[in-house]
Amino acid sequence: MSNQQKHWEKTRGLLIMTLAIWFVFSIGIFLFGAEMNEVTGPFGYPWTYWFTCQGSLGIFVILIFWFANRQEKIDEEFGFSEREDD
Amino acid sequence: MKGNFIDNLPKVYGIYTGGFLGFIILMAIGEQMGMTSKAIGICFVAFTVAIYAIIGYLSRTAQADAYYVAGRQVPTVFNGMATAADWMSGASFVAMAGGIYFKGYGYMALLVGWTGGYVLVASLLAPYLRKFGCYTVPDFIGTRYGGNLTRFLAVVVLTVASFTYVTAQINATGTIASVALDIPFQYAVYVGLVSILLCSMLGGMRGVTWTQVAQYIVLIIAYLLPVFWISNKIGAGFFPHFMLADEVARIGELEQQFGFIKNSAADLANVPKGLAGITKAHSAVNASPWAFISLALAMMMGTASLPHVMMRYFTTPSVKAARKSVGWSLFFIFLLYSSAPMLATLSKLSLMDPNLSTGIIGKSIADVQAIDWYQNWNAANLMFVSDFNGNGTLELNEFFMGGKAVVLATPEIAGLPYVISGLVAAGGMAAAMSTADGLILAIANAISHDVYYKIIDPKAETAKRLVVARVLLVVIGFAGATIAAMEIQGILGSVIWAFDFAMSGLFFPLVLGVWWKRANKEGAIAGMALGLASGMGYLIWVRNGGSGFLGITQLTFGIFGSAVSLVAMVVVSLMTQEPDKATQKMVDDVRVPSGKSILGKQH
Repeated sequence: MSNQQKHWEKTRGLLIMTLAIWFVFSIGIFLFGAEMNEVTGPFGYPWTYWFTCQGSLGIFVILIFWFANRQEKIDEEFGFSEREDD
Repeated sequence: MKGNFIDNLPKVYGIYTGGFLGFIILMAIGEQMGMTSKAIGICFVAFTVAIYAIIGYLSRTAQADAYYVAGRQVPTVFNGMATAADWMSGASFVAMAGGIYFKGYGYMALLVGWTGGYVLVASLLAPYLRKFGCYTVPDFIGTRYGGNLTRFLAVVVLTVASFTYVTAQINATGTIASVALDIPFQYAVYVGLVSILLCSMLGGMRGVTWTQVAQYIVLIIAYLLPVFWISNKIGAGFFPHFMLADEVARIGELEQQFGFIKNSAADLANVPKGLAGITKAHSAVNASPWAFISLALAMMMGTASLPHVMMRYFTTPSVKAARKSVGWSLFFIFLLYSSAPMLATLSKLSLMDPNLSTGIIGKSIADVQAIDWYQNWNAANLMFVSDFNGNGTLELNEFFMGGKAVVLATPEIAGLPYVISGLVAAGGMAAAMSTADGLILAIANAISHDVYYKIIDPKAETAKRLVVARVLLVVIGFAGATIAAMEIQGILGSVIWAFDFAMSGLFFPLVLGVWWKRANKEGAIAGMALGLASGMGYLIWVRNGGSGFLGITQLTFGIFGSAVSLVAMVVVSLMTQEPDKATQKMVDDVRVPSGKSILGKQH
C-alpha cells in the first residue's frame, strides 16, 4: 500500500471517529430527551436543557479543534503537511 | 504603523473595539444630558454603517484573487470572526431568542443544528475545498465532475438557496433601519441595501472580510452586554450562563401557577398578525425525538452546503489554517448562541415574575397599557394585551409579543437605559448586513465567475470580469430588496428554507466529490437536479395542504430532497462510466494538504 493510501486510511478513520462523537451529541442523546430532562445536570440545569443550550454546542467546538490537531498529526506522519512558505 | 496590514490586524481591531466602546460611553453621557432616544438610535446605526463603508472603501481592489478570495491571506482567528458574522444573520440575532422564548425545546434544535453543522464542515469539506483552490463552490463542482452542465446546476442550487436567504436578511436590515431611523419599511429596505453594497462593491471578498470582522465585534458586544446587565440587575447571577438554573426552575413554577389557558379562536382573531403568547413550557421537552432530531439534522446538513459559509474557508492561507478556522468560527458563534437561551430566560422572567418590579402578568390591564415601553412597542405592532376573560387583570394567555421584540425590547422592559436599545439595534443591523453581504457576494461571484467567465466568455480580461461581478452585485441586491419589500415570509421561516434548499441540491454532490472517487458527472447532474426538484416539490406539496410523510415538514423538506439526491447520485454514477484517470488523480491530490492547489492562483 502506498504512502498516500495509508494516509487516506488514517484520515478516514479519524473522520469516522469524529462523526461518531458528533452523532452522539447532535442526535443520539436527543432520542432520550424526555427521560434525560428529569435529571439535574451541570450548574443545576436539567440535563437535556443544558445540552441544547450549552453542552452539545461546547462539545462541537472542542471536537473541531481536537479533529484539526489529530489531522495535522496524521499529515505530518506521512509527510503531507504544507510547507510554511506555501 | 509599521509592517503590512495583516500583521497589524490585532492592533487595528483593538483600536476599533476601544473606539466603539468609547462611542457607547459617549452616547450614554449624551442620554444623561437629555439626548432623545430617537437621536441615539440614529447615531448608533449611522455611525456603525459609516465605519463599515469606510472599511469597504479602503479595501477596494482590482485583482481577481483579492476580489474573489481576499488574496487567501486572512489569518485563522480573524477568518473565524468574519465567518461568525457571515453566519449569524438577522435570524440568529433578532429572531432566535424569540423562537426559544415562545417554543422552548422544539426550537432549540436550531441551536444544536446551527452549531453541529460545523463539525461536518471541518471534517468533510472545508480543508479539501481549500486545497482545491477554487473561487466559488460551483467552481469545485464544475472542475471535479467536469462539464458546463454540472457547473451551471450548482449555480442554480446556490442561487435558489442564497436568494431565499438574502431576502430575509434585507428584510431584517429594513426592519431595524425603519425602527431606528423612523422611516417607512418600504424605504428602509433600500437604505439597508445601500449600506450592504457599500461594504462589498469595491473590495469584493476582501471588503466583506474586513467589514465582517468589524460587524462581529459590534454584534457580539450588542448581544452580550444586555444579557449580563439584566442578569446582574435582577440579581440572577453575575455570569448568567452558569447561574440561571434557579431562574429556569422559577419560570417552571410560575407557569404552573398561571397555567396555560388556550385562547378561543374568536379571541385570537383580535391579536395582530405575527404576535404570539407563551403556550409552551420553558424548559420541558415538548417535541418528539424525531421532530427535534430531524430539524437539527436538516440544519446541520444545510450548514455544510451553504456556499456563503464554505467560501469563507477559501480565504485562509493554508489547508491547516482552514481546519483551525472552522473551530474558531464555531467558538465565536458559540458565544452568541449559548447566550440566546439565557436572554430568553431573563426576558421571560422579567415579564412574568410578580416579585420583580418589571413583571406585568397579574397586574391590572389598565396599568400595563399605561407603561411607556408597552405603548411604544404596541405602536410598532410588536406587543398586544387584551382582557379576554374580563377580570381586569393581565393573565399569561392575554399577553402577546412579536418574536423580534424579545431581543429588541427586553433591554427597555428590564429598565436598562435607552443607549442599550440603540446598541442592540446597531448589533442587529450588523448581523443582518454581514450575512446579506456574504450571500449577495456568493451569488454574484458564482454568476460572474462560473457562468460569465467559465461558460460564456473564457477570454474575458480581469477588469471586465470584475465589472460584471460588480454590476451583478447591484442587480441581485436590488432584486432581493424588491422582494423583501413585499414581505412574503417571516425572517426565520425563509432562513430555514434556504438551508433545506442548499442541502437538497448540494450536500451529497459536494461530500461525495471528495469522499467517493467513483462519483461521476452523470451522477452529480442527477443528484443536483433531482435533489433540488424533489425538495422543492415536497415543499410545494406540503404548503398546498399535502400531508407529508415520515414527519417531514415544510421546515425539514431538505431531508427528503437530500435522500433523493443521494440515491440518484449513487445509482446513476454506478450505471455510467467511472471518472477518467485524470479526475481520479485530481481527487487523490485534493486529499493531501501538501503540494500545489488543483486550480491555479489566478484562474
